[in-house]
Amino acid sequence: MAAQLDDAVGKAAPRTGKGGAPPGRRAPRSPGRGAARPPAGRAPRSAAPGPSARRTPYLLLLPALLATAVLLGWPMVRNVLLSFQNLDMKELIQHLTDWRGTGNYQEILGSEQFWRVTLRTLVFTAVNVVLIMVLGVLIGLLLARLGTKMRLTLSLALVLAWAMPVIAATTVFQWLFDSRYGVVNWLLDKAGWHAMAHYDWVGTQLSTFSVITVLIVWQSLPFVALNLYAATTTIPRELYEAARMDGAGTWQVFTSVTFPFLKPFFLATTFLEIIWVFKAFPQIFAINEGGPDRLTETLPIYAFTEGVGNLHFGMGAAISLLTIVVLLAMTAHYLRLTLRQERHEENEL
Amino acid sequence: MKRAVSATAGRLWPNATALVLAAGFVFPVYWMFSTAFKPTRDIVTDEPVWFPFHGTAEHFATAVHAPHFWTLAANSVLVTVLAVGLSLVIALCGAFALTRMRFRGRRGILLTFMIAQMAPWEVMVISIYLIVRDADLLNSLAPLTCFYMLMVLPFTLLTLRGHVAAVPRELEESAMVDGCSRRQAFRKVVFPLLAPGLMATSLFGFITAWNEFPLVLVLNKEPAMGTLPLWLSQFQSQFGDDWGATMAAASIFAVPVLVLFLVLQRKAVGGLTSGAVKG
Repeated sequence: MAAQLDDAVGKAAPRTGKGGAPPGRRAPRSPGRGAARPPAGRAPRSAAPGPSARRTPYLLLLPALLATAVLLGWPMVRNVLLSFQNLDMKELIQHLTDWRGTGNYQEILGSEQFWRVTLRTLVFTAVNVVLIMVLGVLIGLLLARLGTKMRLTLSLALVLAWAMPVIAATTVFQWLFDSRYGVVNWLLDKAGWHAMAHYDWVGTQLSTFSVITVLIVWQSLPFVALNLYAATTTIPRELYEAARMDGAGTWQVFTSVTFPFLKPFFLATTFLEIIWVFKAFPQIFAINEGGPDRLTETLPIYAFTEGVGNLHFGMGAAISLLTIVVLLAMTAHYLRLTLRQERHEENEL
Repeated sequence: MKRAVSATAGRLWPNATALVLAAGFVFPVYWMFSTAFKPTRDIVTDEPVWFPFHGTAEHFATAVHAPHFWTLAANSVLVTVLAVGLSLVIALCGAFALTRMRFRGRRGILLTFMIAQMAPWEVMVISIYLIVRDADLLNSLAPLTCFYMLMVLPFTLLTLRGHVAAVPRELEESAMVDGCSRRQAFRKVVFPLLAPGLMATSLFGFITAWNEFPLVLVLNKEPAMGTLPLWLSQFQSQFGDDWGATMAAASIFAVPVLVLFLVLQRKAVGGLTSGAVKG
């Protein structure tokens, strides 16, 4: 539990303490801070920002920025250029550059397939993220109510599921859902649903997506649950006591204390889960390569299949750029919120 | 009386739910290991055998003797450790600057990393392939290491920012008042307090790099130059019907991460409780 515990303290607590929670809740922190740092203590830093001190942040950030520019920026630029080219096997081997203008984009945006895949990706992401957040929060709250031993047991189980490497987990799920000897079909059959005795899970779109969703939710819940539990430990007890005194029930305590206090946590976690689910690749690819009949292709799989699989590299690049645009549109709200909060914090610095 | 009953019931339900959940979360992991140890006749049955009473190691032998296993395992360890180590150092410097200092372009830089975190590497394999090909570096470990480092970097940096912010500035300042330079204050005061945070974030990095699949799939086609995820996926397409061997291969791939998680978890607990900083 520790890593998450720690992680949440790192991630949720400071942010909560600073920008997220209403000013009143910060009260216990602020006076302490102010007292420990009298105006005089501040003076040396702001009085002597010599030229070398001014350069320090940039020097510290230089390696990270340089790495990002070279390893991400360059492929990105290359990807943009590529999306305006016609690059198939022939051009690739002969090192030809065949500019196509906006042809790739016109072709993709005009195809029904692209819009169908986009809609499917949005629904897929929404369903998974909602399941992960709701169940993850419930399990996190359950952890907070358990005794030490039981909490340790459940945490350990969660950590094991969390630590399973994706490709290994995907392989195991294929075995669990194997049509002939899979334990899931055996259980369903024993439970009285005999039609499932030798059910072929990767035979239809819906059933394939069900397996993928169970896999993704199983692997993602621990992150949310353990972090939420850890974050709740940072909530001052008095807030809960006050709420209970006012006669609040479980649901009201959650909506009036836990949720408002951990709002930054909820925002950050939802943001991360949206990115992770949206980009899910090995799970979908390894279960059935986007099949049956390309019916479980999401945008990343679609771009990969078109680009690498069908050797239309230019088209693949164009789809991947559109994928990035969709992802940005989905997360723009969070990015804006964070930047606004940063501006507040900067004024405090 | 009524109170006592409801109190017991109040504890019964959470505990029962927790047990069922724990079983549900552990089961796939358990099923992987137990299948790996079962003789084939206990795997291919109409009634599942819940426990490997006739345990065997033959599936592990099959897995380990599959072509290039040891080479690819060494590749995986090397690439992952280098990528995570590098990204931790680079991210810590950056996180420190972003949390503790005020400078021009700070928010722009922050936004850059947030967007970098969203980078869909899975769909950029095409351009990355072309770049690496033009540099004549296909089938080598250097590009993998670099790209894995960057895949991990934004998350590490943004998460470490929270950990750095959680270390009270006063500690640092009082160390500086006591005559430490900023660098000494960092090394002697801040860094030890950050250790659990560093371990926690490195776990994520480790998992990401250890797992990476699409890039190595496209960049390192030569059989001996890949990593373990590639090995496992190829192993599976080759031994797909042999679930015992496949689960043994998956176990071998999963064990290092599971062990690392369990070991580092405990260390991080100690680090957190002993670091009485949060008051």
